[in-house]
Amino acid sequence: MRDAIRFTRNGTIREVRDAHPRTTLLDWLRLSERRTGTKEGCAEGDCGACTVALGRLVEGRMVYEPVNACILLLGQCDGADVVTVEDIAPDGRLHAVQEAMVAHHGSQCGFCTPGIVMSLFTLHEEAERPVGREAINDALAGNLCRCTGYRPIVDAARDALAQPRDRRFAEHRAAAARALADIAADRSDLHLGDETRFFAAPASEESLCALLARHPDATILAGATDVGLWITKALMEIETIVWLGRVDALRVLRGTPETLTLGAMVSHADAHAALAAIDPDLGELMRRFGSAQVRASGTVGGNIANGSPIGDLPPALIALGATLHLAGAEGARALPLEDYFLAYRRQDRRPGEYVRALEIDTLRKHDVFRCFKVTKRFDEDISAVMGAFRFRLDGRRIAAARVAYGGMAATPKRAPQVEAALGGLDLDDELAWAPALDALARDYRPLSDHRASADYRALVARNLLYKALAEIAGGEGTRIAPRAEGLAAAE
Amino acid sequence: MNIHHDPDDAAPDAEPLRHVRKPLPHDSARRHVQGAADYIDDVREPAGTLHVAIGMSPKARGAIRGLDLAAVRAHPGFVHVLTAADIPGKNDVSPAMGDDPMFAVDRVGFHGQALFAVLAETRDAARRAAAKAVVAIAEERPSVTVEDALARAETVLPDYGFGRGEVEPALASAPHRLEGSIRIGGQEHFYLEGQAALATPGEEGDIHVLSSTQHPTEVQHVIARVLGIPDAYVTCEVRRMGGGFGGKESQATQWAAIAALGAHVTKRPCKVRLDRDDDFVLTGKRHDFRSDFRVGFDADGVIAGFAVTHNARCGYSADLSQGVVDRTMFHSDNSYYLPAVRIDTRRLLTNTVSNTAFRGFGGPQGMLMIEHVMDRIAWATDRDPLDVRYANLYRPGRDVTPYGQTVEETGTLCALVETLERTSEYRTRRATIAAFNDGSKLLKKGLALTPVKFGISFTLMHLNQAGALVHVYQDGSVHLNHGGTEMGQGLYQKIAQVVAEEFGIAIERVRITATTTGKVPNTAPTAASSGTDLNGMAAKIAAGKIKARMAARVAERFGVPEEEVAFRDDRVFAGNESLAFAELAKDCVLNRIHLSEAGFYRTPEISWDRAAAKGRPFLYFAYGAACAETLVDTLTGEYRITRVDILHDVGKSINPAIDIGQIEGGFVQGMGWLTTEELVYDAESGRLRTHAPSTYKIPVASDVPEDFRVALFPNANTTDVIYRSKAVGEPPVMLANAVFCALADAVHALDPSQPVPLDAPATPEAVLRACEALRGNPMPPRAVG
Repeated sequence: MRDAIRFTRNGTIREVRDAHPRTTLLDWLRLSERRTGTKEGCAEGDCGACTVALGRLVEGRMVYEPVNACILLLGQCDGADVVTVEDIAPDGRLHAVQEAMVAHHGSQCGFCTPGIVMSLFTLHEEAERPVGREAINDALAGNLCRCTGYRPIVDAARDALAQPRDRRFAEHRAAAARALADIAADRSDLHLGDETRFFAAPASEESLCALLARHPDATILAGATDVGLWITKALMEIETIVWLGRVDALRVLRGTPETLTLGAMVSHADAHAALAAIDPDLGELMRRFGSAQVRASGTVGGNIANGSPIGDLPPALIALGATLHLAGAEGARALPLEDYFLAYRRQDRRPGEYVRALEIDTLRKHDVFRCFKVTKRFDEDISAVMGAFRFRLDGRRIAAARVAYGGMAATPKRAPQVEAALGGLDLDDELAWAPALDALARDYRPLSDHRASADYRALVARNLLYKALAEIAGGEGTRIAPRAEGLAAAE
Repeated sequence: MNIHHDPDDAAPDAEPLRHVRKPLPHDSARRHVQGAADYIDDVREPAGTLHVAIGMSPKARGAIRGLDLAAVRAHPGFVHVLTAADIPGKNDVSPAMGDDPMFAVDRVGFHGQALFAVLAETRDAARRAAAKAVVAIAEERPSVTVEDALARAETVLPDYGFGRGEVEPALASAPHRLEGSIRIGGQEHFYLEGQAALATPGEEGDIHVLSSTQHPTEVQHVIARVLGIPDAYVTCEVRRMGGGFGGKESQATQWAAIAALGAHVTKRPCKVRLDRDDDFVLTGKRHDFRSDFRVGFDADGVIAGFAVTHNARCGYSADLSQGVVDRTMFHSDNSYYLPAVRIDTRRLLTNTVSNTAFRGFGGPQGMLMIEHVMDRIAWATDRDPLDVRYANLYRPGRDVTPYGQTVEETGTLCALVETLERTSEYRTRRATIAAFNDGSKLLKKGLALTPVKFGISFTLMHLNQAGALVHVYQDGSVHLNHGGTEMGQGLYQKIAQVVAEEFGIAIERVRITATTTGKVPNTAPTAASSGTDLNGMAAKIAAGKIKARMAARVAERFGVPEEEVAFRDDRVFAGNESLAFAELAKDCVLNRIHLSEAGFYRTPEISWDRAAAKGRPFLYFAYGAACAETLVDTLTGEYRITRVDILHDVGKSINPAIDIGQIEGGFVQGMGWLTTEELVYDAESGRLRTHAPSTYKIPVASDVPEDFRVALFPNANTTDVIYRSKAVGEPPVMLANAVFCALADAVHALDPSQPVPLDAPATPEAVLRACEALRGNPMPPRAVG
């Protein structure tokens, strides 16, 4: 048993054992370390002013990703290298990204700038060249700037990305890799704190089960992109935290022709390519999921486990067909994903149980898939309505359909009446689509909230089904950005 | 993206300039990118500093029946709770009207209003303790909407209107008439650095406060008022803000004053840094409007008579609403001549946070309204909207505003719009888009070109003044200080360029220093786009006076006339002699010549008689125009802005890179206001539902069109403004009106026989609602709140 969090800063191993379990990385940097270059803009992982680079050893190589330090718990840095804006120009000579930001007038008030620099820094360090405008937009989707209008920042990114990677950081990587190899060698369980207040990170499923059996009410933590807000916004007095990040078995990502298996700790970023390979719409959905920072931290398992009523991903997975695997001291069980969501923010997860993996049914011959996410803002927004459709075709007819929506009920939910009405539908007879379209009103009674009115949701849900049918029937000019047919993973 | 830095050759400078007109980087750029530029929360706080959290009202309207703070006091880390009873002076943090209490006492006026403040050893402890208060309020139904306020006839300020000519006869006799109404939403500033202040107590009741404020003088004055001490006991300092946009003009005061009160009561330094969600709830926003209009016009779309009533939702108190709504009136013409005109306003009281200054200060709402009217006329007359705009554009002989000021640069306005029409290829694209729309059932494209004319000067006359303080030290380095504040707009850099130019020295020799009430007193807020015009002139005057004394010394020493002394290239030349600027500085000190000066500037020529509604409120106008193209999905209301062309008049730019930055940034901010930024208040409780970036959506990088062409219009200010430049802070916001009009234009393609009932912001839902209306399936009204 280890009683300290261990991570690296500039090649040096840091050990922290006296932090409160819910201490965020941002508070540790700013309050304990007095490294104030990293800013707090929103404390909910949305504005990106707190972006830092988090590096992990992946198959012997350091891989850096941008993360929001404001909602990342310090304990999640265990086994990682933490790089802040103060670290990338160690000798006072600016990094290429910093130089370009100055040269292109990419900062005005400067408050978002350190976060933007760190997002572009990780892009510069990790992205395969060349990097186009869309990839730059994606890298910046989680960084709000209120002053510049982004044009000079995008120009700075293009300029910097034409420069080679920084030699100084190559040395930093090497030093971090050596230090992290030492930390990784320790496979004992981490337990910071005592039995009443702790941040625990079991190193195996056995330890995890045992710990959860002892502390069934502990908060299970994956990426903290939701739990982080319980701490910073809801001010929940969370005292006992069990982080899944050190259980290798939960990081499995395995594909067969029929199924894709995602372990509970597979991040959205890591799942992106595999999901995009199923269908380009799924790839686009993942590209627009949160931001680069959120996708790097957040996990598919966590998104499901917390049961957001919208949950941008579950409707698509339900439409595809997915089996959720849960485990605990009492044993393991599996259920269809749609059955997991019981009611608003209430899921079928028993005390001491955790989400283990998700098994997704992939598309077969004669299967077609569409999903659409409708938001107020195109990128980095949560759906007003999310519609997903899997049709099995029999010539020009629909043989079978699975349809699910988010934002239309208290949970992500299938549309049984629509599915029934779609059976046998003739794609060439648009007038005959009406019963299926009309059935939506019987499957869902959406609510009004700040994202959209009930009337809008109902109409858009209907129009999305129409759009899916029109596209599959061969219609053109149905969407603003053409569907990326045949395109595999975007990243 | 293409950026054209057009050479400013419209009127060549008399002599080559070394710093002015150069696209130099922001003075803090290198510090910004390294995380080395300190904001208030980054300053190492003194030992023993207490942290402040605000206790907020859970109801929007009603009498306070009880405030139980026992659990607050019991929280670990608790030190003190501030209530109105702790205030030695006046419980008033308002800018003028006396209607903004620091802490609500008998009644609450909006959901979230400050009731008390907790001081604790850590920020976390303060926030947790504040959440434990038990508040009892006899709740009354709040006024949330314009309609609620109109029904109750509650206002924060008297109605006000002005006009010209006989409007009703003009309307009655016009060949065509139409009337309508447009709702225009508010806007959260979303400065990336939230409100922050650190107050440190000194001896005998002195208070020093670091405040993230656009208006240090008001912070100083309000702290003195609250504490019941003279202004001279209070010093307010600000090096930089992480964005302001008007949101720190009056709205920074309360937090600085609470920190100061905490310091006064506990004798310990106190820091306030609002959580983002609290900042949304506690601080004012751009005013939202329902503007009801009637217009009469001929077959060419030329307006004969126009009447509008702006119903402005001001929130629970007056704050700056007088100036804001007045500016709406001053801009209800935008660039168009309104022969017979009546502009009325109602300043409505609602039980929501008090709306306040926001970049454009009421102007954008007036201008969007009249652009909507132009579209309505175009749709009614079946003419291209740009031709209707041309038909009404200010021209010689049709150049007097509704408030009696003559538009002197009609030639600039017309030339600018015509140039953009040409460079944006408006007519060709209009035809291409029409062809696209004919062949596309679900996707529709739209195009619009709209002008901007924005009046420069504070309409509250006494604010048009500024001071600067310049010292030259004996090593030739220069200390620069002025009353303007730096919020990212590059003011400090521009003024440093002006001062370095004046002394003929390298810009590195000019040390920019934090704005403080201890050096330059009685300043205006950095607002109304006036920062460079006012402070630049004051700094130039100060430097010029020192330079004159230095020149006299050189002239005396070398026996040449003063006129022959020249300051350039870090040297001072006199006849055949020259010496380094630093040498001369040393020489001046040895010869007892004063090398410090306070410069003062007041804007000439302006006047405004509000009662008579006559005068010249603006020294000059800034102009611009934008052309936007949109692509709309008529099944969902989603859209993309596919191309934007901008041509903007900054006079002769002092720093073209900084000015381009203001134009692009202002445009994108305006685009956010008109598209995705939606403030939703709960209609029943008055609670703000969009209170964080997760729910309130400002533009991100992908919202900015890849094809974004921005150019400066070659022009020199005909008025004597610093280096013939023009103010640039606010005018570009209203370039975004083109985006709104282009979205309406796309929807219009669904059925050109109908007007498009599009309100702002044009969220996908608003756009789909407009589409459905044109399809003959109007959706039931959204429960606005």
